[in-house]
Amino acid sequence: MLTFTIRRLILSVPTLLFISLAIFLLLELSPGDPMAQVPLTVPPDVKEKMRQALGLGQPWHIRYWKWLVQFFWVEPLVFVDWLTGSGFSANYQRMISWQTRGPVMALVVQSLPQTMWVVAMSYVVGVLIAIPIGIYSAYRHYSIFDQSGTFITMVGFSIPPFFTGPLMIVIFAVQLGWLPSTYNTVHKVLDWDSFVIQLKQMVLPIMVLSLQTTAQISRYMRSSMLDNLKQDYVLTARAKGLSEWIVVMVHALRNSMIPVVTVIALGIPSVFGGAIITENVFKVNGLGYQLLIALFASDIPTVMTFTFIFAVLIVFFNLVADILYGVLDPRIRYE
Amino acid sequence: MSNLSVGNIPAAPPSSRWRDIWSRFKRHKGAVIGGGGLIFITLFVLIGPCIWTLEATRIDIRARDMRPIYTALWNGDAKIGWTHPLGTDQLGRDLLSQMIEGGRTSLAVGWASMILALVLGTLVGVLSGFFNRLDFWLMRFTDLVLSLPILPLLLVAVTLFRQPLRTNFGPETGMFILIVGVVGLTSWMQTARIVRADVLVLKERDFIQATRSIGTRPFGIITRHLLPNVLSPIMVSATLGLATAIITESALSFLGVGFPSDFPTWGKLLADAVQRMEEYPERVFLPGIAISLTVLAVNFLGDGLRDALDPRIRGR
Repeated sequence: MLTFTIRRLILSVPTLLFISLAIFLLLELSPGDPMAQVPLTVPPDVKEKMRQALGLGQPWHIRYWKWLVQFFWVEPLVFVDWLTGSGFSANYQRMISWQTRGPVMALVVQSLPQTMWVVAMSYVVGVLIAIPIGIYSAYRHYSIFDQSGTFITMVGFSIPPFFTGPLMIVIFAVQLGWLPSTYNTVHKVLDWDSFVIQLKQMVLPIMVLSLQTTAQISRYMRSSMLDNLKQDYVLTARAKGLSEWIVVMVHALRNSMIPVVTVIALGIPSVFGGAIITENVFKVNGLGYQLLIALFASDIPTVMTFTFIFAVLIVFFNLVADILYGVLDPRIRYE
Repeated sequence: MSNLSVGNIPAAPPSSRWRDIWSRFKRHKGAVIGGGGLIFITLFVLIGPCIWTLEATRIDIRARDMRPIYTALWNGDAKIGWTHPLGTDQLGRDLLSQMIEGGRTSLAVGWASMILALVLGTLVGVLSGFFNRLDFWLMRFTDLVLSLPILPLLLVAVTLFRQPLRTNFGPETGMFILIVGVVGLTSWMQTARIVRADVLVLKERDFIQATRSIGTRPFGIITRHLLPNVLSPIMVSATLGLATAIITESALSFLGVGFPSDFPTWGKLLADAVQRMEEYPERVFLPGIAISLTVLAVNFLGDGLRDALDPRIRGR
């Protein structure tokens, strides 16, 4: 298992390098000019100097290498400095956003917690709702609960988040006035009342995102549970005289969870992707919102870094899914 | 004795494989409704402009901000009229004809990118499954593309290539090519994997070995013997692909990187209406419902097709 993990970790390095190169080359073809916002009165030679200052004078492979060094060496050094108060990174040039003229990583640090709060919470909520629905649907196969559950998950699966978002806003924020329609990012939780406000503003984005998760996971849970309930070992467990609760919740559930856990891990990156839309609907100042702003401002370093962070998340969770599968299912041997 | 001989006569003539599939498909209620819904929506957007001849982009500022006629049920003072049954937007463009026009674009983008993805996926899958030498590299490549962050990359690609393609092919065609291209190029991987797995199994079966032994060329084996047998997984992933393509196009339009603003698509209509949805919620709801219904119909169709084509997994 350990050798497999190490091998996969090593394999993910060329994958990530290739992805970063692909993103870099794609951005290289960009016609967007970072000097477009500079006033026309600035003379061309000054503009050229500004361009040089942004590091645009060199050929692409040198800039790619510089980006790699900045992402994998300088920024970790900055992180170490921040942790220990040392000065390793003092002589290095950090990644600079063309919009804010500040480090890109400052933007990441600012927006990652927002995304994490909303996305992670919605995923947890979605999974927690989905699993009982899946189990009960499979246990009462073809019952009214199962039929309507399958129909509702299908509907939830089909309605895109950019429709459910405005729909929820119209119902809960405009008509009923229960919840705020936008997410206040600078809100700080200090006491009980501000905690309630924080909870309230999280409800709508989480509802929208977790609807998708619930629909997907409960379908997997149901079909995996159906598979297992038909197996002989369930019959044996019943024949031994075990109670239904133990047969279903212990024997069948543990085996059915194996593929579902993998699906849960594999689904995490796609939720981050879906969060781009949800963040824009509710104006959550997260990774996806920042990415879109940077994209419209043709702020190449920020777009590059943010897209790459999404790629790292995907590769990482794919790895987690593979390892989990091996850990949970003793029949799987990666040798 | 006579009873026995009667029992031996089959009740119906032997049915073909496709008739079997059709009869199984018919029994799946959701699939029939989904298929019917998809046909209805397609006809609605195809024939619609012939019946409702109002031009979608015609600006009539005097008739702006009209509400749909059903608003009269609860609000007698609402500005309604039979000339615009679903109302108009802030420039007086008729919502019904915009919905029809938008549906045409959305469905066309969906179909075109689905077909592109399908062709690419089938090509990669068959090549990878059939030729052992290509298998390793093609599958590594597929894995690589699968770990790309699709939505961010789509956003990047569309924003970057919008300008050159628009100047070369005109604003609408350029955008169409771009969106179909990027959606197709980023969604072929699942099809490729499924097709490869099926081809790997089929390739070792006796009938393929037999065709090989009589000297059929690889191209002949693939087109005449392999492809018809992997048709069912391809069809199932086609329906899923259609649903994803429609959603992706609408999502891009929603995020403001889709078609130009005077060129309606469902996603574009929805995105434009979000700013004023407190006063005119129907402008958000109608396109949103259209997208959701189409995707729902396609998903149900896909479910039914999977059940019908693969009898082993029926009833899940």
